[in-house]
Amino acid sequence: MITFLLNHQLVQTDHPAGSTLLDFVRYHRRLTGTKIGCREGDCGACTLLVGDFEDGQLVYRSVTSCIMPLGNVNGRHVVTVEGVNLPHLSPVQAALVEENGTQCGFCTVGFVMSLTGFMMTHHKPTKESGITAVDGNICRCTGYKSIERAITRLTDTMETVSGRDRLAALTQKGFLPAYFAQIPERLQVLQHMLSEKYRGIPEDHNVVLGGGTDLLVQRPENVRISRPRLVAREIDLQGIWMENGRCFLGASTTVTQLAESDLLQKMLPTLPKVIKLVSSTQIRNKATLAGNIVNASPIGDFSIFFLGLNADVHLSTRSGRGRTIPLRDFYTGYKQLAKRLEEHLTAISFLPPEEGVVVNFEKVCKRTHLDIASVNSACMIKINEDGMITHLHLSAGGVAPYPKYLEKTCQFLIGKKPHEALFKAANEVLQQEIAPINDVRGQEAYKRLLIRQLVFAHLQVALPDIRFV
Amino acid sequence: MKQTSSVPIPSFGNPDAIGHVTGRSLYLDDLPVMQETLSLLVLDAPVAHGKITRLDIQSAATIPGVVTILTAQDVPGENQIGGILPDEPLFAEGEVHFQGQPILLIVAETAEAAEAAKKAIVLEIDPLPVVTDPREAYAKGHLLSPSRTFKRGDPHAAFEKCAYIFSGIAENGGQEHLYLETQGAYAYPTESGGIKVHSSTQGPTAVQRTIARILGLPMNRIEVDVTRLGGGFGGKEDQASLWGALAALAAWKTGKSAKLVPHRMQDLRMTGKRHPYSSDYKIGLDTNLRILAYEATYYQNGGAAADLSPAILERTLFHATNSYAIPNVSATAHSCKTHLPPNTAFRGFGGPQGMFVIEAAIHHAATALGIPAFEIQEKNLVQDGYEMPYGQVLSDTKAIETWRNAREEFDLDHMLKDVEAFNNTHHYRKKGIAIMPICFGISFTNTMMNQARALVHVYSDGSVSVSTGAVEMGQGVNAKMIQVAAKTLGIHTKRIRLETTNTGRVANTSPSAASATADLNGKAVLDACKQIRTRILAVLAEMTGSGEVSIENDYIWVNQNVSGWSWEQLIKICHTKRTNLSAKGHYATPEIHFDKTREKGHPFAYHVYGTAITLAEVDCIRGTYEFDTVKIIHDGGNSMNHMVDIGQVEGGLIQGMGWMTMEEVVYDQQGKLRANALSTYKIPDIYAVPREIVVRFLDEAGPELALFKSKAVGEPPLMYGIGAYFAITNAITAFNPTTHLTYTAPMTPEKVLLALYSSSIP
Repeated sequence: MITFLLNHQLVQTDHPAGSTLLDFVRYHRRLTGTKIGCREGDCGACTLLVGDFEDGQLVYRSVTSCIMPLGNVNGRHVVTVEGVNLPHLSPVQAALVEENGTQCGFCTVGFVMSLTGFMMTHHKPTKESGITAVDGNICRCTGYKSIERAITRLTDTMETVSGRDRLAALTQKGFLPAYFAQIPERLQVLQHMLSEKYRGIPEDHNVVLGGGTDLLVQRPENVRISRPRLVAREIDLQGIWMENGRCFLGASTTVTQLAESDLLQKMLPTLPKVIKLVSSTQIRNKATLAGNIVNASPIGDFSIFFLGLNADVHLSTRSGRGRTIPLRDFYTGYKQLAKRLEEHLTAISFLPPEEGVVVNFEKVCKRTHLDIASVNSACMIKINEDGMITHLHLSAGGVAPYPKYLEKTCQFLIGKKPHEALFKAANEVLQQEIAPINDVRGQEAYKRLLIRQLVFAHLQVALPDIRFV
Repeated sequence: MKQTSSVPIPSFGNPDAIGHVTGRSLYLDDLPVMQETLSLLVLDAPVAHGKITRLDIQSAATIPGVVTILTAQDVPGENQIGGILPDEPLFAEGEVHFQGQPILLIVAETAEAAEAAKKAIVLEIDPLPVVTDPREAYAKGHLLSPSRTFKRGDPHAAFEKCAYIFSGIAENGGQEHLYLETQGAYAYPTESGGIKVHSSTQGPTAVQRTIARILGLPMNRIEVDVTRLGGGFGGKEDQASLWGALAALAAWKTGKSAKLVPHRMQDLRMTGKRHPYSSDYKIGLDTNLRILAYEATYYQNGGAAADLSPAILERTLFHATNSYAIPNVSATAHSCKTHLPPNTAFRGFGGPQGMFVIEAAIHHAATALGIPAFEIQEKNLVQDGYEMPYGQVLSDTKAIETWRNAREEFDLDHMLKDVEAFNNTHHYRKKGIAIMPICFGISFTNTMMNQARALVHVYSDGSVSVSTGAVEMGQGVNAKMIQVAAKTLGIHTKRIRLETTNTGRVANTSPSAASATADLNGKAVLDACKQIRTRILAVLAEMTGSGEVSIENDYIWVNQNVSGWSWEQLIKICHTKRTNLSAKGHYATPEIHFDKTREKGHPFAYHVYGTAITLAEVDCIRGTYEFDTVKIIHDGGNSMNHMVDIGQVEGGLIQGMGWMTMEEVVYDQQGKLRANALSTYKIPDIYAVPREIVVRFLDEAGPELALFKSKAVGEPPLMYGIGAYFAITNAITAFNPTTHLTYTAPMTPEKVLLALYSSSIP
């Protein structure tokens, strides 16, 4: 039995944990404000909000409900547009109406929910952060400028409301119905009840489901009839911590949690730029790190990023027997992992870059944001005072059947000073160790040229004045 | 009697907006359905061309929950859905001609049962050769309709006199409509042998006609109702009929209600898109850069059936010369039959393809002559009195005016200097500017379709109901219809309700298309409201004994004074006096005609002009690009709804830019759609649009044939997007002047990077 708050109501259902939240709200609750656009998290028409406690505070995150496992909302508060409607228009709704930010209207509810969630989570809303909040919402009619104007109208008129009183303040200001004021208490009671009665839902331990952002796209039918082990909120798999000088990231850490970690921001100042290039707010809010790594997509953004950081993978069996292997040895072939069926990924870890090391991530796709890379690449490089490369790790996606650590190119470049002729020679080595194919994300010749350019881009970030053509 | 024309048109936004932001607007899949509505699932062809050697549905039909499985043999009427030509079966018979062609329909109690049945069906197909290239199809003589040629002057002789002649190939890709709401229909039987269908269609009458043909019933037994669409863009003009026909057939065969809403991936692979074209051009200029002669041959990739291809082909020819006055022109177009899904209408309807080719030709000439393209463009813009290659003599042209205003108001010279300075100081980042003028003809090119009707009721409590043939799909036509009724009746907009579009209330409608929906239906509403107003005022005049009565701004005026009468009181009296408070309005565009035997005539009510300046920046390391700004002077006439019209210009621009940049419809050589999901087919997101879009309306009264002199606005702005292609191209050549230029849209980051490094950098 899955139990949660849906808008102002307590809901208990025996629908499958692996079925989608979207189908449940639309077809079993007839909350038809939430629309179906693509069923793969790529349009945002089905965006709704999920509230849960984070560090003792109730926080709402926007998610694409088409790839949200129903089981993952157990004990949480799910908010659809019907749950934010008031007798008058909320300021979010009014801004979209007044700026004509809606034409056919089919995507509009998704924008309303993303922006409502944005007003609930951002203490100092700006136009820029408002735009980030709708980076997973596609509109085919407006050309977005009217939506931008609505966001500006919203952020201009909304003064800063801080901390714990935010929900109450938003209720008072007519953003949210009054019932929101009781939600923290109701949710606490619900979560207490769930933890006493039972810990969760019957599970088949061989089917592991995290955020659902890949499995519910690839095989929703199978997931629906399975009884997946829901790991997204397993406490042992959460957290970002330091241990023996290494930084550890729990397997179920969401991308949003990576983005919001002060610890990581300090260690990896380039991280916000990387994360902006990875999917959308709604997907980052639920996609797990481990999901991205074990999916073994040849162009998985975090596989590539952490390969560039020369990270390790920590595996464990149910009985608790663990082992650690370098991420670069984790991938053995197309969708093949150096992992036994009974082993699960529990964390990844990396050595924080030392002083003077440059970390850079490059990704090129048809559309810069919310797209899958044609080629992506990460690099960790140190160039000493003499201009010599002393440390180097390079990775590349989209050029091999699996996320590729560019071992030979690294070996070739370490100990040398970058200049035009060296780069040309390094490219020869690089081209030898990759094997891109023609596909919908680009022809082989393009991918070969692009990876050359991205490796150059890494060097250019480290040495801004360098030129190769 | 006081004239009401001096009263401004009531201005207001989208009347549906409140429903949209609260999620209360109802789209097809949101409609409450009857209990036990059946679930429908199409089995579509897995290969693009082949002979069906085995189709075994026996074991599938016995799966619990499966009600029936319908194939070609189960069609009671004609197994045919072709709109213009009868060349497209509802269900494949014997052979399949494109991947995604419907083979059968599974009717089941649940979606799960339907899915299980689909897996149990045995289908074997012997593959046959697949043709996806229009030139190859042409060489084999595979045409969907006869080829057409538009001609003016004597290009052959004129080329002899040209100082410069350039020729080449220009190619454009397709474009997926990506209406956010997929196709769909919900059907149920009505009493005395009828079927009612709720359809997500731009063409209710086309759906009605198709269902009547499939079921072998007269049209009066089929009622089609449309509330609104979650986007159409042409994709639900002809291609909505398939889904309507399937749902109606299921309802007819089972006697139960049935709903069909395809999964996005099925919608993507089964439906046609904007036509890809491969075209040859030849352009000749004199030493003063006047274009003396232009020749073009278009190979349209029509797909496996005609659909609307012949009409789209024609509009390519109408717009072959875009905004340019060229004395000698010959343009020939071939509609080529390939094994792709039948390509179809998409905002611009063949016009964008024609315009892209002439812009490529001009760019080619300019690049070869070492001058910016706008020097050639500017010298050749159309003026009043020019006779277009199709015989229409232009009047009220705004090509030069919008161009000049854009240059001056946006200070093009300054922009050019800034770009030059930027390019001189940045090695790996380059900017490029392009100017895109447009001249787009308004009217259906099929003269017969330029007609519309409206039904207006004033109820006895004074509330007003308006029905038209127009379908609201985000273009704001409902807002404009309400404005027309409010202004004509002289009452507040809140009194007026726009009804669903229903074939029972308004018959024989043209689809909401060709940018003409507001003009045609608005003039029909005007006609109906005038009739009612005349009758009401006659009652008022009789009652007051005054010859000077009117209704304005929701007040009843007698002898130029506001009377004590309210609208409600007046209507109540009219009803008591048995006045007819309903009217049917009719409109047929006057003056237009076209003779296909001579390819000459006056097909358009008027033209819409405009000029856009696009500024792009290319990252020459990565091959990616961004747009700093697009600045537009748009000829909108006296825009009757500024908010709606600005929305159309901005939205159309971005759709056009998407077509020219990131939107790449990829089929493999076997005719299988590779860009088959939103993860592989990308349309602009909020980050992809220009940092700034400036839209200024020319704000000069449009012609009488435009509704309230407010010009049609749906399609023309899309073609401003073509400027994006050339702005990027100009940035590429700033980085690598020796690059080998080809004119192949879309300009994806892949093409940009390959072009940047296509030759060694000097």
